[in-house]
Amino acid sequence: MFDFLDSGQYDLLGAFWVTAKLALYSAIGSLIWGTALVSMRVSPVPLMRSFGTAYVNLVRNTPLTVVLVGCLLGLNQTLGITLGGGRSEDIGFRLAVLGLVAYTGTFVCEALRSGINTVPAGQAEAARALGMSFTQVLTVVVLPQAFRAAVTPLANVLIALTKNTTVAAAIGAVDAAFLMKTMIENETDALFAVFAVFAFGFIVLTLPTGLILGWAAKRLAVKR
Amino acid sequence: MKLRTTSAAAAAAVVLALTATACGTGSDSGSNGDKINVGIKFDQPGLGLKTPDGKYAGFDVDVARYVAKELGFAEDKINFKQAPSAERENLIKNGDVKFVVASYSINDKRKKEVDFAGPYFLAHQDLLVRADDSSITKVEDLNAKKLCSVTGSTSAQNVKDKLAPKADLQQLGGYSECLTGLENKAVDALTTDDSILAGYASQKDHAGKFKLAGLRMSDEKYGIGVKKGDDELRGKINKALEKMVSDGTWEKLVKQHFGPSGYKYEPAPKVEN
Amino acid sequence: MSSVLYDTPGPRAKRRNVVYTIAFVAVAALVGWWVLSALNDKHQLDANKWSPFVTDSNVWTTYLVPGLTETLKAAALAILIALPLGALLGIGRLSDHRWVRVPVGAVVEFFRAIPVLMLMMFAAALYREFTTISSDFRPLYAVVTGLVLYNASVIAEVVRAGVLSLPRGQGDAAVALGMRKGQTMLYVLLPQAVTVMLPALVSQLVVIVKDTALGGALLGFEDLLSQARQITANYGANTIATLVVIALIYIVLNGIITNLAGRLEQRLRRGRKSTAAAIPAQAAAPEAEVKSVSGA
Repeated sequence: MFDFLDSGQYDLLGAFWVTAKLALYSAIGSLIWGTALVSMRVSPVPLMRSFGTAYVNLVRNTPLTVVLVGCLLGLNQTLGITLGGGRSEDIGFRLAVLGLVAYTGTFVCEALRSGINTVPAGQAEAARALGMSFTQVLTVVVLPQAFRAAVTPLANVLIALTKNTTVAAAIGAVDAAFLMKTMIENETDALFAVFAVFAFGFIVLTLPTGLILGWAAKRLAVKR
Repeated sequence: MKLRTTSAAAAAAVVLALTATACGTGSDSGSNGDKINVGIKFDQPGLGLKTPDGKYAGFDVDVARYVAKELGFAEDKINFKQAPSAERENLIKNGDVKFVVASYSINDKRKKEVDFAGPYFLAHQDLLVRADDSSITKVEDLNAKKLCSVTGSTSAQNVKDKLAPKADLQQLGGYSECLTGLENKAVDALTTDDSILAGYASQKDHAGKFKLAGLRMSDEKYGIGVKKGDDELRGKINKALEKMVSDGTWEKLVKQHFGPSGYKYEPAPKVEN
Repeated sequence: MSSVLYDTPGPRAKRRNVVYTIAFVAVAALVGWWVLSALNDKHQLDANKWSPFVTDSNVWTTYLVPGLTETLKAAALAILIALPLGALLGIGRLSDHRWVRVPVGAVVEFFRAIPVLMLMMFAAALYREFTTISSDFRPLYAVVTGLVLYNASVIAEVVRAGVLSLPRGQGDAAVALGMRKGQTMLYVLLPQAVTVMLPALVSQLVVIVKDTALGGALLGFEDLLSQARQITANYGANTIATLVVIALIYIVLNGIITNLAGRLEQRLRRGRKSTAAAIPAQAAAPEAEVKSVSGA
């Protein structure tokens, strides 16, 4: 039943490696972009606040598929942005990372915002009383605590991101979902086995993330 | 015990609203007695296209109409269904459609699952390039080029396996996506059957922008897919196709659909029995 | 909260904010101008690529509206099936019986760990190979199946968290009144949990609407997004224009859903206040926080 695994015809590990890399790069990128967005949303400059809010509301309500296809058709096919050139698989990969960052950043932003809300007002007030500027209040006092409070929602965002990498198959990144589609078409007899293999692969990818970050959430929780 | 009325009312409202949406959409059943279901492409200009007024146009569509007429179904008795490339065998096997006319080239792998009437048209895999681009004259030129095709298509496989293994092949969801890239120089060529390419090149929005490279990289005999073992239907369709060629309809249809693009089509292939 | 982070701007801070604003506008304008001029160079802003959406009502009646209908149909079916199923699974996970709790927990965790796209692809292949469902409905069934399996397990977690967020006293009091377990859940705990759950449930509805697009892109489901292919085949490869219009439709649709939910939630909260505080502030305690996160 599982003999398609030995045939050497499919690069299963390679496909999951692409998925893992997609998830990792996008996670780093969206954490940075999400932090930037949340900083804009709480900043004293009204225009930045409105930009942050508008961006989050627009992108969050757009299907990821549309975001990714937009990256491909708009940025690559029309504007000719290749993010460093190379073969189309690599370009597809980088565009997918870009799209995932743009999309997931909004969820990171929302998670951090809920984290900021758990920081008692007294903390920020005390910091201001010490004469700290907005940037200092945010980076030295509020955000570090917000991150620790937001570990659980952030973990959920990262797990969702790992699963969302499958959508990159829609723009030709050769990831696990792309391989699964091919295999379903070629190995119709072993349908259940194919599904089991990919399901297992994703459980292996997401479960540890959930467990580690759940443990981290407990350890990092701000004791009050 | 008294339920919280507001919560209950709110929950009821949500459910009602959703039910209303669900009920608003009626359904019509697939096959009915006096109608015939025919599979065609909905998104290939020149071959099978669903036009904005909800009608269907193209060479394949007209062939399907002619064959259906010969089988005893008037035009208003034909029920066109979308037959995307990957779904064609399944549509036939499950009996969702009586036959498929959808740039369906006859090959051995497909013959294992369905039977083919025809062929009714001979196409070749070719390249569509920008009108001012003369750098691609032979297949080997592709190895240094960016090439676009549709995910899972035989043309894509053909390039990768045989014609130009080193070509940078991008596989996208549809031909329009490739065309955007071709127009804006993100890719250098779009490859698939010349009949399909001619359809795109002769659209009025694309007039003068693209040209066919004229490399005959493969022979694609378009057949009409029918259920495996249904020799009666296959025979009837073959007869209809022969008649279509002999009474001049074939020539007329080909001129009508491929004429404007300047596409040098092959003469009508002989029907194989 | 945000106002706590900075002092009321004085004259210098005000001036600085103006400088920041100008700088921000300048950067945004530069990027915007570059994108627009690049698009213009590539003839993507030509009137003939955009005008069909305004002048030709056929674009709407033949492609966009039927596509939107399919999207809504799939989303509505998915939520209608997933809600009760999810509620059942959620309650099952709270069961006192180990033999209910553990398997239900395993099912929920399994379907939450697998990408909804893979569930859809698997369902599509299953229906194709083992059933005789007409090809007209197969993609719809596959999309709805994938969405239901995934979202029911997400909703199960939302329900569980919602019920757990209620003060212990609520359940104890119901037991003290002699209510059976089912009654306690149905008449006491669930109705109260709805308020806590509502934001999460609605954001899940938005997720469902967005996820239907997966079926359109990869499974041949004739939803809103998939119409792009036919529109661009008819109107001269106006891919950018089509995609922008389709994205706007999704944004407006999801905006409406979110907006309605906000109002509903406010009403529920107001109702709660007027009938004496039933849920104290603990409901918002971190471990009770009900958060749902996009599936795709």
